[in-house]
Amino acid sequence: MTTVTEAKGRTVLPSYDDDAPPQVPRSAIRRASASDRFDRYGALLGALALTWLLCEKVLPLQGWAWFLVVWFVASIAMTVVVTLLSGTRNDVKDRVASLVVTGGAVVVMAALLSTMVFVLARGWHALLHLNFFTEDMAGVGPRDSYAKGGILHAIVGSIIEIALALLVTIPLGIGTAVFMCEVGGRFATVVRTVVEAMTALPSIVAGLFIYTVFIVTFNLPPSGLAASMAIGVMMLPIIARAADVVLRVVPGGLREAGLALGSSRWRVVRHVILPTARPGLATAVILGVARGVGETSPVLLTSGASSFLVTNPTHGVMNSLPLYIFTSVRSGEPDLIARAFAASTVLLGFVLILFITARLIARPRRTRRTRTRPGPESTVRGPGRLPFRSRPSEDPR
Amino acid sequence: MTTIPAQVPHDDGVLPRPISRKATGADAVFEYTFRMIGASVLVITGGVGLFLAWQAFPTLRHYGWSFFTTQQWSPESDVVGIAAVLVGTIEVAAVAMFFAFPLALLTALYITEYAPLRVRPALVSMVDLMAAVPSIIWGLWGFFLVMPHAAALAHWLQQHFGWIPFFSVDADANAAVWDASRYVASAFCAGIAVAGMVLPMACAVMRQVFSQAPPGEREAALALGATRWGVVTSVVLPFGRGGIIGGSMLGLGRALGETIAVLLIVSPEFVIKPRVLEVGTNTISALIAGRFGDATDIQLSALLAAGFVLFLITLVVNTLAAIIVNRSRSGIGTET
Repeated sequence: MTTVTEAKGRTVLPSYDDDAPPQVPRSAIRRASASDRFDRYGALLGALALTWLLCEKVLPLQGWAWFLVVWFVASIAMTVVVTLLSGTRNDVKDRVASLVVTGGAVVVMAALLSTMVFVLARGWHALLHLNFFTEDMAGVGPRDSYAKGGILHAIVGSIIEIALALLVTIPLGIGTAVFMCEVGGRFATVVRTVVEAMTALPSIVAGLFIYTVFIVTFNLPPSGLAASMAIGVMMLPIIARAADVVLRVVPGGLREAGLALGSSRWRVVRHVILPTARPGLATAVILGVARGVGETSPVLLTSGASSFLVTNPTHGVMNSLPLYIFTSVRSGEPDLIARAFAASTVLLGFVLILFITARLIARPRRTRRTRTRPGPESTVRGPGRLPFRSRPSEDPR
Repeated sequence: MTTIPAQVPHDDGVLPRPISRKATGADAVFEYTFRMIGASVLVITGGVGLFLAWQAFPTLRHYGWSFFTTQQWSPESDVVGIAAVLVGTIEVAAVAMFFAFPLALLTALYITEYAPLRVRPALVSMVDLMAAVPSIIWGLWGFFLVMPHAAALAHWLQQHFGWIPFFSVDADANAAVWDASRYVASAFCAGIAVAGMVLPMACAVMRQVFSQAPPGEREAALALGATRWGVVTSVVLPFGRGGIIGGSMLGLGRALGETIAVLLIVSPEFVIKPRVLEVGTNTISALIAGRFGDATDIQLSALLAAGFVLFLITLVVNTLAAIIVNRSRSGIGTET
């Protein structure tokens, strides 16, 4: 222990206080000390006991929802009291804030998990029958058992519609992004402004646009083609904008190096820009697909809903997964609703697979450990990595 | 040995190569091709916007300005207006943001400041995955799982806070058996489902901005003795203010245009009412989805005009959000 004596104008050597208890080294800096942890978890535990007492014996609040709410409030109160015993007002604020922040995150994660678990729990019964994936709903009544009928038509319809939409949106979207980044000029600014504005287009309005133009004005029947056009109109600005964001972060040095070596601008785009941006572009497209495949409102207006397998997108009504879910839920028949939940599980699984693929593609490629500084000291592993990461332009390769 | 290059005699016939930015040869082909692609996308996307705007004229000519002040939508008597659905749209979005904003902020703070380093990437993925969950699934979640609980909560709110106009419901609060059908299918229930949808979008933007808070300032605050919460209030939140506002406005833009979750949950009703807990409301997008089938030509263009109004609102909200996010100190571009 050091003591500082009051002496103005001159320095004094610290003297040691013989009566002070011996110093105890802190075990770890990052971890909370034992008494901290006791305060934190003890308050939660005490609040749990208090909540049980209040909810079960005193207050007329029934149900697990009230139990959780009361527990949360009691935990905050308990934490305040316990912290005030040893700490200051700042400590109290810190503890309460961390409790509230953690609580908020737990609520959000619970919402996400409850969505998935709930959909799976209501739909697993129909999923167990293999025919759910191999048959369509032609001639299947609402009361028929799960051994009859399936959602093959919806799955096939979704895939056809999305594929047709992608056939148009990927070249156009990425081409526009290349135009906006590589060609530039005043016209590109106009295009960028309009594309960014159109990302705000609600999907239902995109559907209504196609419905008015193709089905009402040109008097064409509802079809898979119309649905894919509606999805395309909705997805085109989204993909173009996401690709634009990705292309803009390609380092200018790469582009200039390619041009300085004498290649044409197309070759620079084809062999330098697009390969560099490929993971980002793939992510943009896949997330666009995940968005497009789950949108119900454009297909609701444009495709009609068949109950049988249709593979020709230009002729006849076509079903798709979100539309099938929507119409089945709206029918109100318990068995059809269960089938809708099973179809939702399939849709959710589809989105999940797309999402994981996007994540795997977007993951930065593992870089080999490189020597940052020539000389024997660079064989030290630890510090060699940080400068390399923060200054990628000095990468010797 | 080295030699000095011989001096080339100056020839007046050879002019220096002209320096020009104009593309020639293959570059010109490249430029024109991509200019064409850009122009075609401009025509497609801009065409949708122009078409919608153009449809507003016959609507205004036929229905006049009462289109914006009429509450009912009765195609059979040819009296249509969007006053009620406009208010309903804003109510649903307001309820959604009431739930989504604090939760998104807390989750973003938890991910960047409180979560253990090892689980942080997993949490980020989970929030992004949540943004990819289709809206129809949020609709099912809201309709089957949340609505009964939301109705109970609405009843409780009416019992205890019924004197606030927002929480009043046109039903007997203290009846022996409360009438659950008066509390379901309301803007409140729809707003909760929409909140689940827009929360991850807002959270993703906020998290990105928070994670870019300068580490130097963070460490300076810690070195001055700030607690973790002190770092959040003195460094992270002021730095991320633009991201907080911009992210939530981006979510608001999505909440205004949401269709299917609302269509599944609400029971349509064409009255302006401040009682969000009570059964029945409608939004512009749900109106379009519900009424497009039986519309005559002029009513279809009225629906398109309603869609155009919705588009303008979301456009303004999104543009403001983009400006705020870009102007903030963090200066990070928004995705989607």
